[in-house]
Amino acid sequence: MSNIKKAFENGKAFIPFITCGDPDLETTAKAVRAAVKGGADLIELGIPFSDPTAEGPVIQGANIRALRGGVTTDKVFELVKELRRDVTVPMVFMTYANVVFSYGSEKFISTCKEIGIDGLIIPDLPFEEKDEFQPVCDKYGVDLISLIAPTSHERISMIAKQAQGFIYVVSSLGVTGTRSEITTDLGAIVDVIRKNTDVPCAIGFGISTPEQAKKMAALSDGAIVGSAIIKILEKYGKDAPEHIGEYVKSMKDAIR
Amino acid sequence: MTNPNGRFGIHGGQYIPETLMNAVIELEKAYNFYKNDEQFNKELSELLNDYAGRPSRLYFAKKMTEDLGGAKIYLKREDLNHTGAHKINNVLGQALLAKKMGKTRLIAETGAGQHGVATATAAALMGMQCVVFMGEKDTKRQALNVYRMRLLGAEVIPVTTGTATLKDAVSEAMREWTSRIDDTHYCLGSVMGPHPFPTIVRDFQAVISKEIKQQMLQKEGRLPDAVLACVGGGSNAIGSFYHFIENKEVALIGCEAAGRGVDTFETAATIATGKLGIFHGMKSYFCQDEYGQIAPVYSISAGLDYPGVGPEHAHLHDIGRAQYVPVTDDEAVNAFEYLSRTEGIIPAIESSHAVAHALKIAPTMDKDKIIVITISGRGDKDCAAIARYRGEDINE
Repeated sequence: MSNIKKAFENGKAFIPFITCGDPDLETTAKAVRAAVKGGADLIELGIPFSDPTAEGPVIQGANIRALRGGVTTDKVFELVKELRRDVTVPMVFMTYANVVFSYGSEKFISTCKEIGIDGLIIPDLPFEEKDEFQPVCDKYGVDLISLIAPTSHERISMIAKQAQGFIYVVSSLGVTGTRSEITTDLGAIVDVIRKNTDVPCAIGFGISTPEQAKKMAALSDGAIVGSAIIKILEKYGKDAPEHIGEYVKSMKDAIR
Repeated sequence: MTNPNGRFGIHGGQYIPETLMNAVIELEKAYNFYKNDEQFNKELSELLNDYAGRPSRLYFAKKMTEDLGGAKIYLKREDLNHTGAHKINNVLGQALLAKKMGKTRLIAETGAGQHGVATATAAALMGMQCVVFMGEKDTKRQALNVYRMRLLGAEVIPVTTGTATLKDAVSEAMREWTSRIDDTHYCLGSVMGPHPFPTIVRDFQAVISKEIKQQMLQKEGRLPDAVLACVGGGSNAIGSFYHFIENKEVALIGCEAAGRGVDTFETAATIATGKLGIFHGMKSYFCQDEYGQIAPVYSISAGLDYPGVGPEHAHLHDIGRAQYVPVTDDEAVNAFEYLSRTEGIIPAIESSHAVAHALKIAPTMDKDKIIVITISGRGDKDCAAIARYRGEDINE
């Protein structure tokens, strides 16, 4: 059974996203622990990529800062090993197809298993291309997380039927980033997902306030927040972990 | 050449966010319908002939041939097309297709500005809105084209992320497309990106080799021995190669931008220095580091300054059907000046890469051999930059 299921056992799940190495890996480690303490149910760790085409300016900025700081895939693996000494909540990687491919998918995914990474989110790997990594993910028991978008329409059932871990429901058109309003009929999308699978689904893209998180979690099994957390890192740098802990607590309290 | 999943050998595919999947599926369906539609083809032919000025000339470069003393050299004059480059062939096709699909807005990326100008032109002609993304660095080195696009009614958005060149313009256009799909067609300018773009763009550019073949048979009664074209993403090259792929005796040579040299980090010669990867929607060769981070490539030519190459070229390289050679900035600038002085034709700095390679190989070939160089665009846009390269500061 997927370890990711554990994330959805404490009521609605709160899932923070943190780009590894922004501004440095020590801060990332502290931020992850602060988020767990604040009540995060699953941690989404971003491995930076030079050209993140699905990201808005905020997460693009985090990627650039992290890469300038010298972060590499191997250093991120070391970070996860260190975190796994005490962090027990499920953790997944969010990165782009080329980061996995260029490392060698077998080597990358087997390492994920070895160090305690439970799943992979790859925004530039749609259903039609998932065979690029799916067989290797299956071999090592690492979940390949599917994304469903407001434009997926008749594709939802096809994607949901083969989903594993959890389903990442993209709330809005466009790239990542905070939004004042989310207008997609997410209830209808979640209904179709529910008809096709028992795999939980969480909503991400555009969520920043506790009110938004509450609304999104009410429609699904959880809320994913990235840009709002990266903004805290941008603002406080090395002092961000404490603020991230408080922020995560406020979000988890709102959706509980 | 393409299988149903948009693969060229192992290359190609559709590595894009789920948000865009239905958009590319809709595009593929529409394209498969209209490519065989009589009315569509009639309208497109009229546009290509009466508006863009096709067929473009196949010109025998007599002085150049005599000067080099080897193979006979013909120039395929895509620079004489309306808007000054081959880009218009693809853009007229895509804009007409978008219009038939009910789209009212075109977005595009541009490097040298030629594709942006062509897209702005087609949008003006067809009464569509147009937004062009262009690396900020390129808006400076190709300032004239920025003005042309604005003059044609397009909005030009300078892209400041990453290296602020073509790669970043593509990323930004993709981001824009994910945020607005209903009324917007992404008019991709090269044989790259997710399926079906590499196939659509190739088909619309294939008119180049179709004409070369007919013109060559008419003038010489036989096929050429070699066809040379510059390769960034590779649209003029695939257009020049396509109808010769089946004629194994015709050598196909793509000329990549080596920048300051393939042994330096300041290069954009993807096939010479890149490795297999997944980026911008496709599997192909990319300049990248050991962790798959895309390399900040460099070339004097904004149009070739791209870290990848179209998937069909990657495949033609794999199977050995086409050969890809690096050409440095210096060699390209020399060729730019050479063709201007020798034939009175100022080629685009992109096309000058192909001319440069011809300068190397033509003298080594027998006089009964024939080579065709595709002059993909005109060089007016490059004059100020080349003058600066030679230490002359001129104002446009």
